[in-house]
This record gives sequence, C-alpha cells and structure tokens, in this order.
Amino acid sequence: MSGILQVISAGVQTSVQDGGRELARRYGVPRGGAMDLLALVAANRLVGNPANAAALEISGGGAIFTLLRPTLLALTGADLGAELDGRPLRPWVAELVSAGTTLTMSARRGGWGARAYLALAGGIEVPCLLGARATYLAGGFGGLQGRALRAGDRLEVGTAPQRCWSLAGGQWPAHARPAYGATPTLRFIPGPYDQALEPDSLAVLRTATLRVGPTSNRIGYRLEGLPLRFTQPQSLPSFGVLPGAIQVPPDGNPILLMAEAQTVGGYPVVGVVITPDLPLAAQLLPGDSLRLAAIDQDEAHAAQHLWASWLTAEPELDDWSAQLALSGALP
Amino acid sequence: MTTPRSEHEPFAWRWLPFGAAALLLEATPATPLANRLVLALADQLAAAPPDGVSGAVPAISSLLVTFDPLQISLAQLRPLIERLLAELEPAPDRPARIVTIPVRYGGADGPDLETAAQLLGLSPHELVALHSGQIYRVMMLGFAPGFPYIGPLPTALRLPRRSTPRSAVAAGSVAIAAGLTGIYPARLPGGWHLIGRTDLTMFDPMADPPALLAAGDGVRFVAEANGVVP
Repeated sequence: MSGILQVISAGVQTSVQDGGRELARRYGVPRGGAMDLLALVAANRLVGNPANAAALEISGGGAIFTLLRPTLLALTGADLGAELDGRPLRPWVAELVSAGTTLTMSARRGGWGARAYLALAGGIEVPCLLGARATYLAGGFGGLQGRALRAGDRLEVGTAPQRCWSLAGGQWPAHARPAYGATPTLRFIPGPYDQALEPDSLAVLRTATLRVGPTSNRIGYRLEGLPLRFTQPQSLPSFGVLPGAIQVPPDGNPILLMAEAQTVGGYPVVGVVITPDLPLAAQLLPGDSLRLAAIDQDEAHAAQHLWASWLTAEPELDDWSAQLALSGALP
Repeated sequence: MTTPRSEHEPFAWRWLPFGAAALLLEATPATPLANRLVLALADQLAAAPPDGVSGAVPAISSLLVTFDPLQISLAQLRPLIERLLAELEPAPDRPARIVTIPVRYGGADGPDLETAAQLLGLSPHELVALHSGQIYRVMMLGFAPGFPYIGPLPTALRLPRRSTPRSAVAAGSVAIAAGLTGIYPARLPGGWHLIGRTDLTMFDPMADPPALLAAGDGVRFVAEANGVVP
C-alpha cells in the first residue's frame, strides 16, 4: 500500500482542509476549508506549496502520524506539543524528516490553541471537488471520503515542488502571525442589522467578553455570557452570510459563524469579525473566552493591509540554515 | 422569512456594509421583481466579475457581494453595481428552463399533507392540485447544498413554519412554508411542512453543475401516479 502519511491516531479530529470553496457558495455550499487560514498559508509556503494547498487540520491533542517516506513538512497554528520521535518539533519551521518518523501531538500548551496545520511538500492529494480538496464534514464530501481521518488511513501527496529541500530550516516570521493567546480580541464592524438591538445591548456588545459554548464546531460558535435584547421581534428574509458574521437568534445569545457556516441565514447579523482576526477565533475551544472590539472601516482597512503582508511574508532562514547556505553546503 | 409580495409592488434598494469585505444589497420590501433583478445581477457578476469582486450570493431579495477591500473600496463598488442595475434586464418572469419534479404526495412521503391541508382549509387533493398546478421559480439556493427556495406559492398555500422543527427530514422531501416550497437535498433538520417526496437527486458534488436546480430556473411539480394522493 502506497502513501506518505499513515494515521495511527486521529486525535480529537483531524481532516484534510485547504483554502475552501468560495465559488461553490452560489450552490449553497459553505466555503469551508481551514478555520485558521493564516496558519494554513504559512505551513504551505514554508514547504514550497501553493498558499491554499491541502494540508491537515489537527484539532486538539492525541493525534499520531507515521511518515512513510522522507519529506519536508511544517506545522503551524496552535502549539499542541508536537514531537518527532520524542524530540520537540519546532513549530512554524520547515523540517526535513526521514522515513519511519513518528509525529505525535500531546495537548495544547500555554493556555490557548485549538487547531494545528500540518503541510507536506506537494500538498495532500485527494480528489478536487467543486474547486477544492477541503473536507466538508457536515455535507459528507471532499477531503478523504468526505469524513474526518481515522486510524489506519494513509494519505498521498502531490508532486513536491522542485528543490523544496532547500527550504528546510525556513521559519515563518513572528511579525507575520496573528496575536495568538488566551482571551483574544476579535475586532468587528457593527451592522448590518445592529439597529435591531436595544441601545444598551448594542453598547455592551461593542466591548463584550464572551465564552465559547459547548456545542461550538467548524460551523459556528455559540457565545455565552451576554443575552442581547431586540427592539422588536425580527423577521428578515434569508440573506447571504459569511464566516465572521455575528448573528443573533431569538434567544439573544450570539453565534459567531465560522468556516463551515451555511451560505444564507435569517437571524439578524449585528456585526462581522474582520478576516485578519478569524485565525484568533479559529484557535478557541468550547469554554475559552474572547473579547469583542467594535472598529470602523478605516481601522479594518489598516488591519487588512497588515493581513495581506502576513500572507505574502517570506520564510526566514534561521542562523544555522543561513550559515549552511552561505557556506554552499546545501545540496 | 417574510411572505413574498406582489410583482408590481414598488421596492427600494438598501446598501448595507457587511464587515470590511462584503456588501449586502437588499430590496425592501421583498418583491418577485427584486428577486429577478438580484438573480440577474448575480449572474452578471459571476460572468464578468469586476476587479476585486470575489463572489456574489443571491437570496430571495438581496445579494451579498464579497470583495477584496485592498483592490476596491465600498465607495467604488456601489456606483459600479448601481450602473449594472440600471443596465440589467431582470431575470425573465417566464424562465428559459423548466424542470419537472415528480412527487409522491402524502402518506409516509408527505406526513404533513393532511395537517397542512387542514390548516389551510383545503382538502389534501385541493392542496396537491394547487401545489402542482403552476410553474414556480427557484428564488435562491441555500440552507444546505442544493436546497432550492421555490415560489412564490399562491396565497391559498401560505403557512408559517411548523412550531416544532424535525431533527431529521428524509432526502427528497418536498415541503411548504412561509409562502415558499422547497426540496430537501439530503437528510437534514427542517421546520417546513412535508407534503411529498421526489426521487430526483438534488445535489451531487461530483456533477457539474452540482445542483439540479439553479436560481432562476422554472419548476413544475407533477403528482406521481403511485403517490397516496394522486
């Protein structure tokens, strides 16, 4: 049996994800793809893949993989205490590993983090459906047979980029990463239906601290701790929604829509978290807290500029690799 | 969901920023003409996307346009869409393509047919005759991949949603609520009244296009002879 990565244990949940299906939204298919798009892009670019290539989204601890062939890999996103054959794996760094190496995830460290992203040179090779390789878990298609990985699965990669080995040791610059940490601040632009809320509710929402509810998943997070009140009963015709939208159902407990959210919704959307802060949301688990911060379009625009610079950042060679490169010792 | 209005009722566009990278263009009130304009605009934006515009998701009476704010600003996008709207012909009232949906009405395939008929003051036969008696349009896809919102239904078939939604509705179920009719493409939770079922595959991710119905298509329901209520 061929393959480059064998799943010994899939941990809490591991699935194949990429940049998602933006163009399939018109058929009612969620964008889906990686929850933390910055971590996906960084992992791919560290190993020389196209930015949105398919990688593994590893949620929570307990995952164990064996690499069956030598490869260049990078692990980004949450620090889940990854080890290669018992030695700590440097996160956000492209690493060459030899055949037979075992990669294990223990549990999150530093009091934050939910999802790590593992990219292999060449990208995970699964069928491309509706423009993407992402697993749509609720819809049961994409990725590997439309499901999360389980023990015994073997994955193959596409053709590795030429001379990708020379990327080994490259590190994703710290200045091109989101401000990961416990109780992150998610910046949002109020509207379009924020006026549906009572003025008091609206004022509190602008700086609220909320807790991620127990039923939260890739579709969305139920946010607890602040029941919002409406000025009047709301009945809106369904309209298009996006990941990042904060919608409020009749019970007043807001829902933050995430990657696998449906394409339309009928609950009033009272604010939309800006794209650059969605990676911070992606790293929350049920029980974690977050802060909201209302901003205006100008602030959002500045954040979008920074976001674009993160996505296009160049990996940096660490001292050891740089010395090797200078000495001409790299193959 | 509000009930669709009459064709000729006037409506106004509202331009609602939706975060930093999307614009919600919304018609109030939601009229069938607004829906046909929204569908035409979505097609136009998909066929020839202006620089910086990454997608457009049409709904009953609104269009969510996503864009890259570093390429085009809200202030630039609005006049561009206004110009398109002024030039566009709405999607035709008589759709170019009409898809026939064979339905087994009633019985185990349509467990709510009797109660829905009762609520509407009709006999099950009258309900089926009304439902299958005309050509509707797909007003949007959403809720789940390939789920069509079809309408508007005649006034005599307008019902609110069931007070208690079901946690699982069988794939292919044909349902009515809120002045619309829909077809569940997969086993899903649902709150509409189930009046029948079709064997057609509504969504297949391997197919191109993946959804049997597209927004703007015409739809005709036909009672199958082996339904409980033919």
